Amino acid sequence: MDNFLQQFFQQLINGVSLGSIYALIALGYTMIYGIIKLINFAHGDIYMIGAYFGFFATTQLGVGFIPAIIIAMAGAAIVGIIIERIAYRPMRNAPRIAILITAIGVSFFLEYGMILLVSPQPRTFPAVFAPTVYHMGPLVANSQQLVILISALILMVTLSYIVNSTKAGKAMRAVSFDADAARLMGINIDKVISMTFALGSALAAAGGVLVGVYYNSIDPLMGMMPGLKAFVAAVLGGIGIIPGAMMGGIILGVVEAMVSGFLSSTFRDAAAFGILILILLYKPAGLLGKNVREKV
Amino acid sequence: MNQVRKFDLALFAACVALFAAMQGMIFTGIIGPFWELNIILICINIILAVSLNLINGYTGQFSIGHAGFMAVGAYTSAVITVKLGLPYELGLVVATLSAGFLGFLIGLPTLRLNGDYLAIATLGLGEIIRICILNIDYVGGASGLMGIPRLTTFAYVFWIMIAVIFFIKNFKNSAPGRCCLAIRENEIAADTMGINTTKYKVLAFTLGASFAGTAGALFSHYFFLAHPASFTFMRSFDILTMVVLGGLGSMTGSITGAILLTFISAFLSDFPEWRMIIYSVTMIILMLYRPQGLFGNKELSVKMFKLGGKG
Repeated sequence: MDNFLQQFFQQLINGVSLGSIYALIALGYTMIYGIIKLINFAHGDIYMIGAYFGFFATTQLGVGFIPAIIIAMAGAAIVGIIIERIAYRPMRNAPRIAILITAIGVSFFLEYGMILLVSPQPRTFPAVFAPTVYHMGPLVANSQQLVILISALILMVTLSYIVNSTKAGKAMRAVSFDADAARLMGINIDKVISMTFALGSALAAAGGVLVGVYYNSIDPLMGMMPGLKAFVAAVLGGIGIIPGAMMGGIILGVVEAMVSGFLSSTFRDAAAFGILILILLYKPAGLLGKNVREKV
Repeated sequence: MNQVRKFDLALFAACVALFAAMQGMIFTGIIGPFWELNIILICINIILAVSLNLINGYTGQFSIGHAGFMAVGAYTSAVITVKLGLPYELGLVVATLSAGFLGFLIGLPTLRLNGDYLAIATLGLGEIIRICILNIDYVGGASGLMGIPRLTTFAYVFWIMIAVIFFIKNFKNSAPGRCCLAIRENEIAADTMGINTTKYKVLAFTLGASFAGTAGALFSHYFFLAHPASFTFMRSFDILTMVVLGGLGSMTGSITGAILLTFISAFLSDFPEWRMIIYSVTMIILMLYRPQGLFGNKELSVKMFKLGGKG
């Protein structure tokens, strides 16, 4: 029993640190979905691009962790804005499925473009921290996990502040509530959407750098699975709801860690999608979402 | 014999002629092994695309888990021919039925969802099917099921493809097919008119899934192996792209889309590093300039040309 508890808490630590990365990616998904109702399949690849920005910042420019993460966030924000400007903005009034196909196309383009640019081989992310291991009784946590948790927390608090307490955040909320009404009130929708993409992409990039620090390895296809899982996290918490994405990410991370700890790591991905199916069947609006009846 | 039957008969005759010509060219070696492979791939992709079009285009239910059903068909048929030593025809039938049955089981709960949620649920289910297969050691686990005999011939693929196309074409014009179209146009209105929407959605989903199973069986018995990596969501996206490229809800569109995309992949196979980039850029540009696909939801027909150009 003791062994079980110890294993449980150990997986909880691992799960929360993995989950906070999912949460960072899920935030971008949820904000973009909330504002233009698009499942941005390319979001996972923005996270990958962020990881590469971080990688080149640390190896080529030789900067430390904090400047690297800032460079990665800024770079990814620009990439996000460009993608929105070129691929999504002209499709604003196109059928949903066409936009979705475009998003899938953008995702492939980023993945294989990066393969062409930086070669498909995985790169070793430089160790930016001395890998200290902390023992808390029988439990083990390392400095990477701590850094992930703290950075994710800071970023989420900053995001909450931006969305809830600034004028730009107010505009974002207005557009996601009712875009036409927001336009009538003099809000520049295009600008707000660009800003949402920038914010979401920056958060994903931070997640990418943190994963690089955590697993020490990055490759051009690293974004596929986390991208999908972050979407699961966003749906889990209630898509379009910012605290929901944070919660969904953490829950997903913990469940995954538990499944790989107690069952088998090969079922990890199946667990994530299983959660998705269950939540869609029983509470399609997500944990924090409200059910909206469709009217004729 | 009414007009429709006459038209069907003419089409059938055209199919026989096409088959004879293709088969002749394969026999005489005018079509080499590379193109023969691609022609068979085109036929399989057409089956996949028209069956997905039945779900996505006609019934309007956004499914992107088609590769999962394909995997079920591929593995079931392979187990029947390789592990049990039973004939291939039986494998094809069982593959179709088992994928259809799974489609029914999955469709029943998930088709309550709509739009993006359904898309993501089907995507997730497709992945779950794949991961489950990955963990079954009986069928080879992660290394795949090897040593499948090449029993798929051009004749098999071609006639099964024709059968599927005719089936779906006739289904569309049948009473259940019209119910499906009504659901696509407006589900609530269809419900109000007394259509059992769940029944027809599940019916379309089951049919689509079973044909995907058939395609999977043909696929694994042509390429000697069934490997979990062949049935990732990338393949589902591929099929979806074919359907959307041709025009959602257009049978001829799906066929054109399947032919076009398979050809593009084949031509680009000499430049592997550029292949996916060109592929994705084509996809984006096409969606930017023609979001409704090449044919929209119209069918390519003689009338279309008489009126001048594609509508």
